[in-house]
Amino acid sequence: MSGVENLSRRGFLKGSLLAGGGLILGVSWGARRAQAQDAEPEAPAVFQPNAFLRIAPSGEITLLAKHDEMGQGIWTGLAIVVAEGLRVDPATIRVLPAPADPAFANNAFGVQATGGSTSTWSSYEQMRMAGATARVALVTAAATQWGVDAADCEATDGKVRHAASDRVLGYGELAQAAGDVQIAERVELRERAQFERIGKPTPRQDSAVKVRGQALFSLDQRVEGMLTALVARPPTFGGKLARFDAAEAKAIPGVKAVVEVPSGVAVIGDGYWSAFRGRAALELEWTPGEGGDAPLDSDALRAHFEGLSQRPGNVARDDGDVVAALSAAERTLEAVYEVPYQAHAPMEPLSCLVELRADGGAKLTTGTQFLGIDHPAVVGRLGVTPEQVEFQNSYLGGGFGRRANPASDFVLEALEVALAAKDLGAPIKTVWTREDDLQGGWYRPLFVNRIVAGIQDGAISAWHQRIVGQSIARGTAFEGAMIKDGVDGTSVEGAADMPHGIPNLKVELHSPVLRVPVQWWRSVGHSNTAFAKESMLDELAEALGQDPYALRMQLLEEHPRLQRVLRVAAEAAGWDTEPAEGMGRGISVHESFKGFAAHVVEATLEDGVPRIRRVVVAIDCGLVINPDQVEAQLQGAAIFALSATLGQGITLKDGRVEQSNFHDYPLVRIHEAPAVEVHIVESEEPMGGIGEVGVPGVASAVCSALRAAGAPRIRRLPIGTQLQG
Amino acid sequence: MAEYEFELNGAATQVTAEPGTPMLWVLRDTLGLTGTKYGCGRALCGACTIHLEGQAVRACALPVEFAQGKRLRTIEGLEDERVGKAVVDAWIAGDVVQCGWCQPGQCMSAAALLAEVPQPDDAAIDAGMAGNLCRCGAYPRIRRAIHRAADALAQEGK
Repeated sequence: MSGVENLSRRGFLKGSLLAGGGLILGVSWGARRAQAQDAEPEAPAVFQPNAFLRIAPSGEITLLAKHDEMGQGIWTGLAIVVAEGLRVDPATIRVLPAPADPAFANNAFGVQATGGSTSTWSSYEQMRMAGATARVALVTAAATQWGVDAADCEATDGKVRHAASDRVLGYGELAQAAGDVQIAERVELRERAQFERIGKPTPRQDSAVKVRGQALFSLDQRVEGMLTALVARPPTFGGKLARFDAAEAKAIPGVKAVVEVPSGVAVIGDGYWSAFRGRAALELEWTPGEGGDAPLDSDALRAHFEGLSQRPGNVARDDGDVVAALSAAERTLEAVYEVPYQAHAPMEPLSCLVELRADGGAKLTTGTQFLGIDHPAVVGRLGVTPEQVEFQNSYLGGGFGRRANPASDFVLEALEVALAAKDLGAPIKTVWTREDDLQGGWYRPLFVNRIVAGIQDGAISAWHQRIVGQSIARGTAFEGAMIKDGVDGTSVEGAADMPHGIPNLKVELHSPVLRVPVQWWRSVGHSNTAFAKESMLDELAEALGQDPYALRMQLLEEHPRLQRVLRVAAEAAGWDTEPAEGMGRGISVHESFKGFAAHVVEATLEDGVPRIRRVVVAIDCGLVINPDQVEAQLQGAAIFALSATLGQGITLKDGRVEQSNFHDYPLVRIHEAPAVEVHIVESEEPMGGIGEVGVPGVASAVCSALRAAGAPRIRRLPIGTQLQG
Repeated sequence: MAEYEFELNGAATQVTAEPGTPMLWVLRDTLGLTGTKYGCGRALCGACTIHLEGQAVRACALPVEFAQGKRLRTIEGLEDERVGKAVVDAWIAGDVVQCGWCQPGQCMSAAALLAEVPQPDDAAIDAGMAGNLCRCGAYPRIRRAIHRAADALAQEGK
């Protein structure tokens, strides 16, 4: 469903294309005053044409960003799109986080949320219109004041001009008068060829404040009299507190209180260090909890999942007759591909500051991708009206999905801490250590894939894939929408919809239920399915004696967007040239989140250690708003994916998470990071995602490059020490 | 609790803190200087990098007593020195940041590197910056920004 259709359904916009003209959209913004709640008193002269924009008499333009800035550059992207319609330099727009309010709902989801690589395409028309309708009102205000025809006035760079009489008024000077103008029903938008701002490399609006350490992230937020809490949580998932002794913790200087909360025991101190020392001094006893008698173990889980992969599961796709085709095949290939649990590990650990209010409500200051879920969760827990709960969002020090928690885990826990310690009468910020983050669950699920493929007459005649892994939707508010006929769509995305024209194709799913909390992780199901699919395609190419690039081009004949990025990446990487001695090349192409990406990886193997020398990526995401940030996202996605390919993984032993910090959950470091060349394909196709699209294809391309360099095929991630000795 | 004195970003500074408190929390919680970031607490990620007598150190692993009588610099004061200014300028001009959490620490490490190696090649950059993690994967732009800062400083020196 396109963003415009969604918008239309939601009653925001009515669109139509007029012959010979630009795209004309009708708007019904309702009141000219912002619908959003606002803690600040409304200044009467501030022009608020819609929920998103404010233009002050000083000329200052403020944009309330409906999407959260977690590094993807969306605040700059939104400003660019608004600036196109408003005819201003995007750098003159100040961007602030939106409050929790349905007016800022993600048009793809219907709730206020940032994720799924939806931000740019889902808000594009809405932001264009937000800027353009405001401009038209400003022009109307100027024309009225001058007693001239609005058609003879021109808006540029934050000013309205009437050339004939050589008169100029700034937007700020027009703010008050524009507030009295009925916002236009229909506004003409520029054609793509006329764009002045969209599509141009544009500096990020947050670079300077972030570099200088002035940007406020959740963990940086401070209020008068604030205390800091750390929570001791069970050492195993589902574990319960049996008893605790806080005597020694309370003796630590600076510790103010120790309270029991549903998730464990919170130690509240005058700062991080006292709370940290206090927590370490707690005497704690836990029980395994319901179903906890058999401790979880990754090796046992892998064996169990592998066993399940030999049995029929719920059917996600069934074309032709895969059983007959496999039995008739001249040759079959069977392989099992595995990926481990993965933590998001945003560089800024989680935190949430809670200020309880006398009326039973609260103000929460945090960094979340999920205001539309967290706000009602807090309202529900407190039993108050939505207006009594205020959220102040912050810059997010990385998200990757972790801050879009279906259970609002870190937000509700912080609320519980504040409620349990209400007697202190202080604002309390609950913070997570890195250990808490890595051991706290909500991982990308561990997956096992079994693929059996058949070859007949020199072609792939059958593909039978069974996927085994926990559902991230089960037990959440999204279960109804995400699970159909027993199949969680996010578990099979990238597999059940594979477009390779294989006549006999079956994809089945097992979703075992375990106590490990699981969640979306940058690129979600695709992070598993692309690895399995693209690896098997390369194994088939090898079996067929075909070039992996040529095989893909042939299989994707009817998919020009995939073919095109594949061709662009291959040509840029010099696929048809001989690689240097000892160097191997791997290639992949995958569609995810409405975006299309191809990767070529060059790698060598030194004493069993993979060295990634170069990554070439081509992307087609349709219209590009800010090419500089598309490049940054694709570079970052490649390196994010490399971490998960090379060394990273969460494993369980005796019910406990084995990893605790960056020494045993290794992120790629700068000396391991290759050059990443990004090629953005000029495209008239529908807009798509960016941030996650560059992740899925990396792992298989790395493994195929190593294979080409003479290593055995890697079928289990991370590669770790598998190629050593 | 004990009293400590040091020079912070050029200003004489006194704090009261428990002995053993990492400088990271003295800076962030006691002094309210939140530009120095927490990322791991174990000197593994470099997000808390500051300068102690001009050397890059991890504030999460620097007990406050080790700062006694010493000269400290944090991101809030980095632009007061020539090399630091060039680094910050290059970081902004090159739009290095994504989420940005690690970037103050990256800049502190980069400035310390350039103070020691004015024209680092990629290998020297990798060696000097390997202690600073970036989850967003901004490494290609970090490398580019360090080269740019080095070039700008070389131009200035002519």
